[in-house]
Amino acid sequence: MGILKDADKEAIRKELAGLTGPVRIINFTQEMECMYCRETNELLSEVAALSDKITMETFDFVNDKDAVDKYKIDKIPAAIVTGDEDTGIRFYGIPSGYEFISLLDSIKMVSAGQSDLSEKTKDLLKKLKQPLHLQVFVTPT
Amino acid sequence: MESPLVTADMVEATEFPHLSMKYKVQGVPRTVINEDLHIEGAVPEQMLLQRIGELLSP
Repeated sequence: MGILKDADKEAIRKELAGLTGPVRIINFTQEMECMYCRETNELLSEVAALSDKITMETFDFVNDKDAVDKYKIDKIPAAIVTGDEDTGIRFYGIPSGYEFISLLDSIKMVSAGQSDLSEKTKDLLKKLKQPLHLQVFVTPT
Repeated sequence: MESPLVTADMVEATEFPHLSMKYKVQGVPRTVINEDLHIEGAVPEQMLLQRIGELLSP
């Protein structure tokens, strides 16, 4: 019994049909004592299965220390939407509700290699000399 | 994705109550930039750009 309904799957498949470049979803999870880890992994797997451009990798938060350190993951469930180069895009907690739209949007942006930001914003970001950490707190509904 | 220096996190507030406490999240969305700059409510790109600009050039 999956999380996404068949009708939703069909709509998402259409939404993702225009993907051009490959996208990796990297999920950090653990079996025990993690609220929504199992559901997040299931949801991401179901989304990844809807496009042949998407590959999904799953790491264990406790046992896969190298990957946890590489991507600087400090809490789970975590999902990274990325290409070969780390995009810096992180989803902590289950990306459901409105965040599911953000998840699909980020997949489309990464696939296209385009952020949809204005030239002005891109210029400022190119001139960054120090790390910029944005955390947007949200609730699923 | 426009700069390797930028990390953009979506944090589900109810799943990480310790962080919601730490950053005093009462309403969502709440954006926290580099730990110390907090913006309540949805932020249009222009405004976010302006705040980041202010943060970087004190």
